[in-house]
Amino acid sequence: MDDLYRELIIDRYKNPQYRGSLDPHDIAFEDDNPLCGDHIKIELRVDPDHHVSEAAFDGHGCAISQASADLLLESIQGKSLDEVKALTKQDVLDMLGLELGPVRLKCALLSLKVLKAGVYGLGEASDELVE
Amino acid sequence: MINQSELLDIQRVRADFPILAREVHPGVPLIYLDSTATSQKPEMVIQAMDRYYRQTNANIHRGIHVLAEESTAGYEAARVKVAGFIHAPSARQVIFTRNATEAINLVAYSWGRAFLSHGDVVLLTEMEHHSNLVPWQILAAEKKLRLEFIPVTEDGLLDLGVYHSLLELQPKLVAFTHMSNVLGTINPAKEIIRLAHQAGALALVDGAQSVPHFAVDVTDLDVDFLAFSAHKMCGPTGIGVLYGRKELLEAMPPFLGGGDMIKKVLLRSFAPNELPHKFEAGTPAIAEAIGFGAAIDFLQSVGIEKIALHEQQIVAYALERLEEVPGVKVFGPSAEYRGGVTAFTLTGIHPHDISQILDEQGIAVRAGHHCAQPLHDKFGIPATARASFYLYNTNDEVDKLVEAIYEVKHIFRD
Repeated sequence: MDDLYRELIIDRYKNPQYRGSLDPHDIAFEDDNPLCGDHIKIELRVDPDHHVSEAAFDGHGCAISQASADLLLESIQGKSLDEVKALTKQDVLDMLGLELGPVRLKCALLSLKVLKAGVYGLGEASDELVE
Repeated sequence: MINQSELLDIQRVRADFPILAREVHPGVPLIYLDSTATSQKPEMVIQAMDRYYRQTNANIHRGIHVLAEESTAGYEAARVKVAGFIHAPSARQVIFTRNATEAINLVAYSWGRAFLSHGDVVLLTEMEHHSNLVPWQILAAEKKLRLEFIPVTEDGLLDLGVYHSLLELQPKLVAFTHMSNVLGTINPAKEIIRLAHQAGALALVDGAQSVPHFAVDVTDLDVDFLAFSAHKMCGPTGIGVLYGRKELLEAMPPFLGGGDMIKKVLLRSFAPNELPHKFEAGTPAIAEAIGFGAAIDFLQSVGIEKIALHEQQIVAYALERLEEVPGVKVFGPSAEYRGGVTAFTLTGIHPHDISQILDEQGIAVRAGHHCAQPLHDKFGIPATARASFYLYNTNDEVDKLVEAIYEVKHIFRD
C-alpha cells in the first residue's frame, strides 16, 4: 500500500499538471472503465510534422487512473505520433513505478487506452490496445 | 429494550463460517463487509454440497436407480424448504433459476412478451439494480413499451406521492426492489403492491436484498412475482428463485426450451410440462439446490427475525460511527428505513482508493456503482464505497472500519 500510494501518485492526483482542455485540438478521445466508472478524456494538439505539441486530460476516477493520465501526458510531450502508438502497458507501469493486480491495472491503463484509440483514430477503445 | 433471548449468539454464528477464520494478509484477519454482493457460506452448506458429490451425485427426475432417486428427492426437498421460507402456497410456484437476474429475465421474456404490447407502461423505480432495469429496457425496445420511474427523494426513499400519479398511466406492471443494494432503503412493498393491484397492475418484487435479511411472506405481501438469489443468503452461487402466482405461471409460455420442461415432444411440436418443471429446461444446478436447502435450514435455525434485529442494530451503529468522520457522506435514509447497507463517499478520495487501502487492513468492502449506475447519476456521483452487514458481523468490525477510514484520510493527507 505504501508503494501504491507513494508521494508521486498522491501528488499527481492532487496537483495534476496536465488537467484541462484544449480548444481547438487535433485529436480527442474519451472512454470509461465500466468496472468502477473512471472516466478519462484526452485532447491533443499535433504540429505539422506529427509531433505532440500540447496535451490535456479531464475526467474523474481513482488516484491511480488520474495520476497515470497526468504522467502519461507528460511523457508524450514532443513525441511523434508513431512513438505514442508504440507505448505499452509496461511504459505506464514504469512511469507509475508500480506492479498492479488485474483490477487496478484497468485503472492505470485507461489513459493509455484512450490516448492510443485517439491517435489511431479508432471509433472505440479496446483492451487490445494496451495488452 | 431488547430482550436477551432475541439476540444472536454472535460467536456461535461466526464459528459456523470457516472463511471468517482466515487471514487475508499475514497476521491480518478478514473483516468481511461485502455481503450485499455475496454472503459467506456456513459449514453445513459446504458439507451438504460435498456430501452430495461424494455420495449421491446423479441426474434428477428420470433415473430409476437409487442415486437418481436420492438426487431428485434432495433437489425437490430444497424447493419445499424455499417455499416454506417465503410462505408460498405451493412448492410448484417456486421455480429454480440461475439467480435473481435470470428470474426477472424469465418474467420479462415469458410474461412480458406474451402479455405486453405497444404503448403499455411498465413502472420501475430510480433505485433499481441493473437486473431489474435492463431486461425491461430490452423488452421495451422490442415491444415499444413505455418505461416510467418512481423517483427517489434526496433522503433515499421512494416518492410515493409521485407513485400515486404515475399509477394514473395504468401500468401493466410495477417492478421494484424490496431493498436497495446501495441506499439500503427498505421499501414499503405491501403498500406499493396494494396500490398497483388497485390500479390494475401486476407487481414484481426484486427480493435479492430482502429475502436474505428479513422475513418475506409472499402470501401476506400478495405479490405476483418475487425474485431472489441463494448466494446472498448463505447458499451457493448458480441458483436463484422465481416465485409466481399460480394462474400467472400457468398462463405464461415457456422461457427456455429443452429437456425436463416438456410433457411430450413430436418432431414439429411439443407440449410443455407442468409447473414448476415447465420453466426448468436442462439439467439444473442440483448440488446448488441441495446447498440452498441447507442454507435455509441454517437461517431458520438461527432465526430470520433475530438476523433482522441484529442487522438493524449494527447498521444504526455504523451510521452513527461513519457520520462522525469528517468528509464521510453516507447515502440513503435513516436507520429506521434501512437494512444493513451503508454506501458512502469520502471527500476528495475515490472509492476505489478507499477500498484498496481498507483491503490492506483486511477489510472487504465494495467500490463502484454497485450495478445501480442511474441511481449514482441521480446523486451526481460516479461511485461509492459500500460496507454491508450480515448475521456474522459485529460492532467491533464497524469500529475497525472507521479506524481504517481515518488511515485512508491520513494517507491522502486529508
